[in-house]
Amino acid sequence: MYPIIVLSFTGLLTLFLGLDNPKSKTILPGTVLFLLVALCSNFYDWNAPGTYFNNMIEVTNSNIIVESVIILSALLLVLLSSGLFEDENAHPAEYYALMQFSIVGALIMASFNSLLMLFLGLEILSIALYVLTGSDKTNLRGNEASLKYFLMGSFATGILLFGVAMIYGATGSFDISAGTTLARAAMASKIFFYVGIVFTLIGLLFKISGAPFHFWTADVYQGAPTLFTAFMATIVKTAVIFSLYRLLVNGFPYEYAFWAKIILVVIALSLIIGNITAVVQDNFKRILAFSSISQAGFMLMALTGISDKTFTNLAFYSASYTLATIAALGVLIVVSRNTLRDGRPNENVDVFSGLFRRNPDLAVVLLISMLSLSGIPLTSGFWSKFFVFTDAIGKGYLWVLVLAVVMSALSLYYYFRPVVAAFRTTEEPAIQTGVLQKLVLYGVTLLTVLLGVAPGLFRALF
Amino acid sequence: MLTLILFLLPLISGIFLVWNKSNGLAKTTTVLVSLAQIALFIYTASVFRADASALDYSLDWLSDFKVSFHLGIDGLSLVMTGLTVVISGLILFATKDLSYGNISRLLGLILITEAALIGVFAAKDAFLFYFFFELALVPVYLMANLWGGDGIARITLKMFIYTVFGSLLMLVSFVVLYLFAQTSELADLAKIPVNLRPGLNNLLFWGFFIAFAVKSPLFPFHGWLPDAYSKSPTPATMLLSGLLSKMGIYGILRILIPLAPAGTANFSGLVIYFCIVGLIYGSVIAIQQFHIKRLIAYSSFAHMGLMAAAALTLSPSGIQGSVFQMVAHGFSAVGLFYVAKIIYDKTGSRSLADLGGMSQRAPRLAVLFMIILLGSVGLPLTNGFVGEFLMLRAIFDFQHILGITAVISIILAAVYLLRLYQKTMFGPVTSFTENIEDIGVKELVVLVPIALVIIITGVFPNCLLELSSGFAQTLPLIK
Repeated sequence: MYPIIVLSFTGLLTLFLGLDNPKSKTILPGTVLFLLVALCSNFYDWNAPGTYFNNMIEVTNSNIIVESVIILSALLLVLLSSGLFEDENAHPAEYYALMQFSIVGALIMASFNSLLMLFLGLEILSIALYVLTGSDKTNLRGNEASLKYFLMGSFATGILLFGVAMIYGATGSFDISAGTTLARAAMASKIFFYVGIVFTLIGLLFKISGAPFHFWTADVYQGAPTLFTAFMATIVKTAVIFSLYRLLVNGFPYEYAFWAKIILVVIALSLIIGNITAVVQDNFKRILAFSSISQAGFMLMALTGISDKTFTNLAFYSASYTLATIAALGVLIVVSRNTLRDGRPNENVDVFSGLFRRNPDLAVVLLISMLSLSGIPLTSGFWSKFFVFTDAIGKGYLWVLVLAVVMSALSLYYYFRPVVAAFRTTEEPAIQTGVLQKLVLYGVTLLTVLLGVAPGLFRALF
Repeated sequence: MLTLILFLLPLISGIFLVWNKSNGLAKTTTVLVSLAQIALFIYTASVFRADASALDYSLDWLSDFKVSFHLGIDGLSLVMTGLTVVISGLILFATKDLSYGNISRLLGLILITEAALIGVFAAKDAFLFYFFFELALVPVYLMANLWGGDGIARITLKMFIYTVFGSLLMLVSFVVLYLFAQTSELADLAKIPVNLRPGLNNLLFWGFFIAFAVKSPLFPFHGWLPDAYSKSPTPATMLLSGLLSKMGIYGILRILIPLAPAGTANFSGLVIYFCIVGLIYGSVIAIQQFHIKRLIAYSSFAHMGLMAAAALTLSPSGIQGSVFQMVAHGFSAVGLFYVAKIIYDKTGSRSLADLGGMSQRAPRLAVLFMIILLGSVGLPLTNGFVGEFLMLRAIFDFQHILGITAVISIILAAVYLLRLYQKTMFGPVTSFTENIEDIGVKELVVLVPIALVIIITGVFPNCLLELSSGFAQTLPLIK
């Protein structure tokens, strides 16, 4: 609850930091400080579960951890951005302010109790992101991505709002907390209720880029500045998967048989489309875009097997996926800036050619992040896949599991393309990394391995 | 606790060597760690004789899933950890004097592989087993890529995809059993299959079997093997053929038979057919090879088929034979690949067409090569004979026609291995072999122990057979 207030306020403050000098040196440390304050304020509610705003926002210890994961990922991204916005067209103060507003939306989504809050959070999250996607004004692809994301995203939120309205019409309530009218689903008009659920799901599945609502993903991931691609892939995914969890598990537990079918279809499509399409991509950001579609499929697998461990499993999955994605895109940020093609950073897979010779440490970071994304033991990615597998198989969906396994084997091919490239020989010069970027990249790699060796450390928080 | 030290010592020293840059320090550490490991293993064996349960080590790993870090040693594990410790020691001794760049990092990766293998062979928890099973591949993958020749990246990627696909199927089988047992202790999982539907039992069998068949590899899952063995740097090849391939057979004995007994009973006949096909197929291809490493790679593939077939006959002599042969093949495969590397370093060629007459210039190499080779062929008084005799008898008892077919492979093995010997050691001296010198102390330190083990365990096989017979009694379905 408190970080929502803190970040709304500090977001405005950040805008003022760039008022005199858009490139002021205070913006980055200021934003880091604000995020740290938000992180600490988050724990003000620790062990004091309750609701705010007339039962519209719920705070529990588990929510606090998810929100901390979101704020921490933002912190890592901000640290990673040091030295990025130095060209004349950049407006770092606005970017950081928009990031903070976007996080406010993400936090609302992760703790909403009322469908209105869900809509509000989604809009706050999205509108800031539409702007950030197009923030590199000289990049045509960025402009295209921004427009595409905005148009399709508006439709999706529109559909979500439509669904919310139908649910309200059928039940007379926005409230999804346990024991309410909505959860018991005592309604006058069943058909509106079910159509409402479907529409709400579509809006959220669009944001998490589950197939068949994934068409925007590749273009937007590729066009957006890499830092904001990472933002979309990590923070947005975490926020949306937890809002889905709240919606489905808290809101509609008795309609499980209905929505589980939809989720299963989306899982199957996401796994197949995401993995097969990723194989034929050459742009690393497009590869990660399709990988994020398949990862969404894995995350949704946890929802099919609702148990008391599902929440923890999802939190572990989000944390682990966030760490690996930040590492992978962080390496891309550093390497592509040092390897220009036609005057722009090269973002194709071959940018990693010879990375083991150019900067072995970065190559190890890349290797471990790819191992984690593909779910090889010793990395947190293995456990995260294992946990969602136990959820899916707990309800007897063996075919989902077999499909996921086949697709995981396929995914090795594209996850290892940058690694294979990194082993090549090259004449390119060595790469230097900034201190903060080193700190972030080594930190997330260490955490990935630590969670891979001792997953109990994270699970003990719940 | 002792088991844990046996596992942690190579792991920690390996991680240290990966970061370390000094070559001298790396070589000293390697020698000390290998000798310490062997000493530790001998002590472990003596503790095992007194009280095997003293070697159990258990720690909560993931308490809400009842997954524990549980290491323990029984007869089979003792044989396999012993093999790992000694073979890795030999590989380390061989590697430290080879002319690779960044030798410290290479030695470190070998040590990490050793730790992972000890983990595999001592794991008593299903997920711990899976964890190490996958982990063992990662350092070998890195070794192959960083020290291998051009085009190695695609080859190792193929190997990686093959094995990870297999392992993921194994993971699914484990997860299914785990959901019924609600714990991942192997001993507890073994109680589950009796109550399962036959269909599920069969699926479990294939999930496990494909994982181990890819790892060994067995026909028809061997697509990754020839290129991976021949293009990887020699230390990686020695690890792959000497130790990693044994994880497949070990898995069949430790996981497949106890955890999918009904499926094993249903399909073992079919699988044995495929193994025998692979055995003959590998041998025939080996006869036609001119590239030394490819020849040994196919010979290794053929031998793995025989071991798997014997283990799946589910008879005590078959299981004892395959355990014994795992040890014998571990030594002879490492020996053969090392000799191939020596020949390459001395002559600059790996093609049989270029070589010949080396016995005149290098008599010591010729003698040791002959002993290792005869061990691989299975001549009486070498350890290859004991293993092959037990295995062939088991297969013959299982089905006469299969036994007879399998025996042909012995003749084929003699053909391709003696051809290898003749084309390298005998015949006229070529321009490649004119100016070579005989092997020195560095090579003898590795080859003499291998030759000694081949002869000693060939003459006195009982010490190993005792351990494996104890294990064979504990398996279900044994006739």
